Amino acid sequence: MCQKKLVQEAVDTLLDNGIRGQPMRDVRNVGLRKTQMDRPTKTQAHKEGLFLLTHHRLLPSLTEQLQSFNLQTLPFPFAMPLSKQQLLSRLQELQIEFSRYEHPVVLTVEAQAKYVGHLGGGLSKNLFLKDKKNRFYIVSALADTKVDLKVLSQRLGLGKGGLRMAPEEALGEILQVSLGCVTPFALVNESARDVSLLLDQGFKTQTHCFFHPLSNDMSISLNASGLDKFLKSIGRNPSYVDLEANPPVGKDQPPDLAALVPSGSVVLPDQPEKQPSSQVPKDGNLVSVDNSSKTVSGKAVKPAVSEKNAKGAPVKNERLSSSSANVGQFVEEILQKTSELVLLQINEGNIKQHGEQLATVVSDNLRKNLSSDFKNLAMIFKNTAYTEGFHAGTHHQRRGF
Amino acid sequence: MAPPPAAAEQIETTTTTAIHEEDDGQVVNPWEVSAKDGGKIDYDKLIDRFGCQRLDHALIQRVEHLTSCPAHVFLRRGVFFAHRDFAEILDAYERGDNFYLYTGRGPSSEALHLGHLIPFMFTKYLQDVFKVPLVIQLTDDEKFLWKNLTVEECQRLARENAKDIIACGFDISKTFIFADFNYVGGAFYKNMVEVAKRVTYNQAVGIFGFTGEDHIGKVSFPPVQAVPSFPSSFPHLFSGKENLRCLIPCAIDQDPYFRMTRDVAPKLGYHKPALIESLFFPALQGETGKMSASDPNSAIYVTDSAKDIKNKVNKHAFSGGQDSIEKHRQLGANLEVDIPVKYLSFFLEDDAELEHIKKEYGAGRMLTGEVKQRLIQVLTELVERHRRARAAVTDEVLGPTALLWAVGHFTRCSPSGAVLHASTLPRVLLVE
Repeated sequence: MCQKKLVQEAVDTLLDNGIRGQPMRDVRNVGLRKTQMDRPTKTQAHKEGLFLLTHHRLLPSLTEQLQSFNLQTLPFPFAMPLSKQQLLSRLQELQIEFSRYEHPVVLTVEAQAKYVGHLGGGLSKNLFLKDKKNRFYIVSALADTKVDLKVLSQRLGLGKGGLRMAPEEALGEILQVSLGCVTPFALVNESARDVSLLLDQGFKTQTHCFFHPLSNDMSISLNASGLDKFLKSIGRNPSYVDLEANPPVGKDQPPDLAALVPSGSVVLPDQPEKQPSSQVPKDGNLVSVDNSSKTVSGKAVKPAVSEKNAKGAPVKNERLSSSSANVGQFVEEILQKTSELVLLQINEGNIKQHGEQLATVVSDNLRKNLSSDFKNLAMIFKNTAYTEGFHAGTHHQRRGF
Repeated sequence: MAPPPAAAEQIETTTTTAIHEEDDGQVVNPWEVSAKDGGKIDYDKLIDRFGCQRLDHALIQRVEHLTSCPAHVFLRRGVFFAHRDFAEILDAYERGDNFYLYTGRGPSSEALHLGHLIPFMFTKYLQDVFKVPLVIQLTDDEKFLWKNLTVEECQRLARENAKDIIACGFDISKTFIFADFNYVGGAFYKNMVEVAKRVTYNQAVGIFGFTGEDHIGKVSFPPVQAVPSFPSSFPHLFSGKENLRCLIPCAIDQDPYFRMTRDVAPKLGYHKPALIESLFFPALQGETGKMSASDPNSAIYVTDSAKDIKNKVNKHAFSGGQDSIEKHRQLGANLEVDIPVKYLSFFLEDDAELEHIKKEYGAGRMLTGEVKQRLIQVLTELVERHRRARAAVTDEVLGPTALLWAVGHFTRCSPSGAVLHASTLPRVLLVE
């Protein structure tokens, strides 16, 4: 498959439209074309990824995907956070032993101790932290364990003072729990996928420990192995750490907890306002709606709209677009970038300067400025599609052979 | 007297046994690079001492002609400036004999900076224009042997680095990325032992400077980096193609490994791998400064935000401009030491614009601030593009390229040949 050809086709189509004088605003029209153009490419990439060609190879993986589709995999706000009841049911399903204690809402460990402190076992204090690169951590420790954020920060390789308490909004956005309710169980929510969990190794010495089950009007107690079982069930590896240890960190002693720093593509943008893009669902059905409104408004705005701002838009869904070769999104990005550049170039000054040659000038500029950018995008697309084909193929293999 | 090839061989052998530290005061080996008296690296002396060739203009033009594509920025600007046997590779390519690319990285840290990306950016260009397969080795075992890290940590770093490498835009259907801890064995190991048997301890000491205090892991490591140059190390990729040549893009400090390899290759009946070598990427604080992981301001990292980049360039990039505007307008900038211009020469694609900047800045008509601003633009775009690509590389993408990483595939693709029909092995496309 030649991504050069794809790029060429995309640019040519757009240029043809532009030069022939058709308005660019009707993104949806071009959208029809786009499906014709790239369906063969994606299938082709799939073909290259699979090694045994049976014509039903795609069906099993598609059916599976549909079956496993559930609301949880949609991003906030489409994803419903797990409720306390749902969590407790899940614990029961997993046959994890726990005891539950209801009490009035508590916001601190001291308050919680009033109600369950006499029951033995360990109370937990839970900190929700963030580092300078907008990565998040839950540190869950026994109430009397001393937790020094400066030391932890160094042990994680974040330098001194790299860790601080996460802002309240993050609590709701990422953990989807309320104030005073930080708990390892919050990791069950999809929005908390990239949050790293540090558990006090002291938990292992207790017969049972108390945590909030997503709501602070209840505490549940379970032992460390129960907690482990739960964490493993949501695909997490429980990491127990001696939180009070203070090993030296230097050139020859790398930070011992560096492995616990989230490596995923973390999304919180630098800008204070929320990116509207984070609301676009995974399968891209609603993408064109969002984008066509962006493109239309793009026309009304002066070319002074910083390219960076608009460039920010395509970098949507860092978490979600990565998991599938999204044809619609891919083409949408190409169209967006191209139309931005075209709009930038067609202004009074340029019209005066180039007159009839403007079309050729714009066309040449597009080619010059966008060629390598599009090649990169196409390569990302190709690699993702190839990967999907590969995994679909090997999965099929395992069952068929 | 011996015919030319053997004479060349002789020269290489002598260089091979030369002491790694030099009388010209500079130290250049895979683990340490420092200039004489804290000055600049003298590349001419380096080429002389190592015995490689300058990449001249004629070769660059030949590349353009053969590939029908303009030469990469790094070739045009002399970033990749030295080679061994590159002309032979081009000859073979012209004849229709293919070659494959081999490059690698020692995954010692998670944070990749722009200097790390340079060989990969160039290798991607080579893969694209010559349309050849590529193997990338992640020497997680080397890092374990040389640094104070656990095996798991090295493996994890290798995995993370692999994602950044793929984000450079490699076509994973034509690229095999592997980590030593996962792949060494079978045919690969056989080649390692063959190489090891033909390098004496004294030679190794001569090339790499081992001492009696160094543990035997270090001493036995070099063959691991050598054998990916031989196609027979990858039976699942290149079986039946034992005659395939290998081209290795790398930084010039890796030369010792490959001098050793080139020495051994004919004794095993293999082609000598060809090399194409680059300069060192200067630290932000200047050529004399050191890029170090503990000083985040010494380099631009691929995880830096636009704000970080702006800050770093404005505050820390060493400027060759004069102290005051008047003086600057009068004397112009010292382009020899100016870092923003140096960085632009690496990353600004437009030759004409770079020339213009050099001329105006050198004459004092352009100010440091303007040059830095342009640099910030260029770097931000680069880093942003990389981040975009990196976000799309999930663990799943590691599957097809690093065939042995996804647990389910291990039994299928064991290099010890203990398996399966060719039909069950994912076919790697070698020729389009």
